[in-house]
Amino acid sequence: MEFDERTEKCREVFSLLSEYLNLELPTGACQEIETHLAGCPPCIEFAESLRKTVELCRRYRPRELPEPLEKNARQQLLDAYQRMLGARKDPSQLNR
Amino acid sequence: MERDTEVKLARQLIAGEPEAFDRFVEHFRAKIFHYSWLMCGQREDAEEVAQETLLKVFESFAHLREPERVRPWVFRIAKNACLMKRRKSVFAPSQELSLDEFLPAMNHEGGHATIQIADWSRLPDRQMLQSEMKEVLARAIRELPENYRAVILLRDMEELSTLETAQILDLTEDVVKTRLHRARLAVRQELDEYLRTDSRVLPSRT
Repeated sequence: MEFDERTEKCREVFSLLSEYLNLELPTGACQEIETHLAGCPPCIEFAESLRKTVELCRRYRPRELPEPLEKNARQQLLDAYQRMLGARKDPSQLNR
Repeated sequence: MERDTEVKLARQLIAGEPEAFDRFVEHFRAKIFHYSWLMCGQREDAEEVAQETLLKVFESFAHLREPERVRPWVFRIAKNACLMKRRKSVFAPSQELSLDEFLPAMNHEGGHATIQIADWSRLPDRQMLQSEMKEVLARAIRELPENYRAVILLRDMEELSTLETAQILDLTEDVVKTRLHRARLAVRQELDEYLRTDSRVLPSRT
């Protein structure tokens, strides 16, 4: 595979794509990437697949859920919470 | 739950509003469980981490000075609880991923270069989370080395900022950016392979 100027630019864009998608790059670098993408279909295609990967991660909701909270475990948490509140106000309203 | 709803909930909790406790527990318990399930790899560990984290959250709630920071604050505690279970982790340990292993292969036929890639443009949004795809995604994340997995979970799944993630994991922002990019590339590659080989999802186009 030839390693010409074009693929070198492709590599540079490839290494910056996440920061580009996250809008974390300075304006100049961002414009440079956009100029390159406009003329390089393989890079556009790759960038699009990475964008969709991120989108998938953001929308991912696990199938596995925790078991319902046991009564004792809830009570343990509630006790800790009430101790925290206790310093400031009467937490009796929380006892259910 | 959006972050502003979460912040409101944290404020209600601090104010002692009766409804807030159970809503807070239910919401964060599921989130912490999910994070530690993917970090530790075992259901029992994830259940324990969720309980230990919430306990610590309530014990130290007085230290939460800014309710706006409730999500990163909870995840900082969850991360530490996860570390305690680390010796039991069944997944890939820490290692470095190099950028080069994720460069797409090139085809140089017919005068112009193309990359070997599935046709992602044909992946409609509504199909993006079909259950088989979810499995592939979860597996790709579980197979990441631990130091990359933690970053992508916090940045892309929990949608915490680069700075917040850096603070939770005791890393610099630059390291978070580097690891996030490599983690995404690794996950992208797994999904791409799946999309290319499974013709039921998308036709191969190499």
